[in-house]
Amino acid sequence: MSLQATTSQTVGPFFKIGLEWLYRDNLVGEGVSGERVIIQGRVFDGDGVPVPDAILETWQANAHGKYAHPEDTQDKPLECGFKGYGRVPVNAEGRFRLTTIKPGPVPGPDGNEQAPHLLVSVFMRGVLRRLVTRIYFPDEPRNAADFILNLVEPARRSTLIAKKTAGAPGTLEWNVVLQGPDETVFFDLGL
Amino acid sequence: MKRVAAYRTPYPGTQPNHLHPPYVSSIKRAPAKPQVPIPYTLSEVTGPLFGPEMVAPKASDLTRAHSGEPLGERIIVSGRVLDENSRALANTVVEIWQANAAGRYRHEVDQHNAPLDPNFTGSGQAVTDAEGRYRFVTIRPGEYPWRNHYNAWRAAHIHFSLFGPAFATRLVTQMYFPGDPLMPFDPIFNCTADEKARNRLISSFDWETTMPEHALGYRFDIILRGREATPMEV
Repeated sequence: MSLQATTSQTVGPFFKIGLEWLYRDNLVGEGVSGERVIIQGRVFDGDGVPVPDAILETWQANAHGKYAHPEDTQDKPLECGFKGYGRVPVNAEGRFRLTTIKPGPVPGPDGNEQAPHLLVSVFMRGVLRRLVTRIYFPDEPRNAADFILNLVEPARRSTLIAKKTAGAPGTLEWNVVLQGPDETVFFDLGL
Repeated sequence: MKRVAAYRTPYPGTQPNHLHPPYVSSIKRAPAKPQVPIPYTLSEVTGPLFGPEMVAPKASDLTRAHSGEPLGERIIVSGRVLDENSRALANTVVEIWQANAAGRYRHEVDQHNAPLDPNFTGSGQAVTDAEGRYRFVTIRPGEYPWRNHYNAWRAAHIHFSLFGPAFATRLVTQMYFPGDPLMPFDPIFNCTADEKARNRLISSFDWETTMPEHALGYRFDIILRGREATPMEV
């Protein structure tokens, strides 16, 4: 017998009450290997106005390209100080900031490795079911052959690739733009 | 070829569209461009796992977070978390949050002039057992006004957040109460086109979990997306 998945509803404006206990803005525990990165950015609505009540969740592999999950059966090491999950709200100016490491490459659907990336879920008042997107890394040669990036029309791929910040090595900027010419690419997982 | 089995695509109409104009906040926040379909990869079929060690047993009793008892009608909200293949989802975190009995959230943005309750925060967490069961003790949340349109009121509801076994199964939803006269007028409740899917957000009064001399029981089962049996072709 087949059941139907429960309908999604908006997280609303008051999610802090229920979600704050699991806020994770620094994913890097002790002894974790990999290149440290700070990913920061803003969320903008269709008028270009910063969204003050959004929350982002991220999921990623460790620096070896291994997910802390039983379905990842790759022969790669796990690191006990790195679980790969982030949960950050934006502030009143729509800004978020996440401290993590650049993940290693993971297997892709075409048999090749995917370029390093984070998965992102975006929730906010007015969004009735979560938005799913990805953060890729600048100066990453694997981006050119990434199976998922290549499903996106070339002109929009840049919305998925974080940008370096001048004068701040290790700090990347990545924004969520909900509408307009620079609208972020969101993925359809049949959600 | 490294292919992974996908999670099922929802039956049409059973999940909301991003744009639902009667819910005014969706107008400037719903993406306008079509979403890009992608195949499932290892990234989407893995996801954060949180076990029972994450959640204190008392975190599921919202009436005991403070020294005194909160005002309002004590209720027990329980149910099972299953996937679309009717498989019980054990050891998954369920997070809830809600307004107090007067319809006020303990949140700086909530300007409704109903009283805060010093004995009620409105935040709870539970972990499902081996059969996928969860159980919260709380108080029935009040209905409250909002500014979506003239004389707009939210039907009484409790927010739910669940992870399930993968990034793909993440769900945030809201549970409603049977017989609430506001439901037909609540654009958030009504954002899902399929009436049966919408009505599955309404809990049912439950004698089995009602505790004599103590609290009424409401049952709310939650279904997370199930897996296809075979890997998808790409």
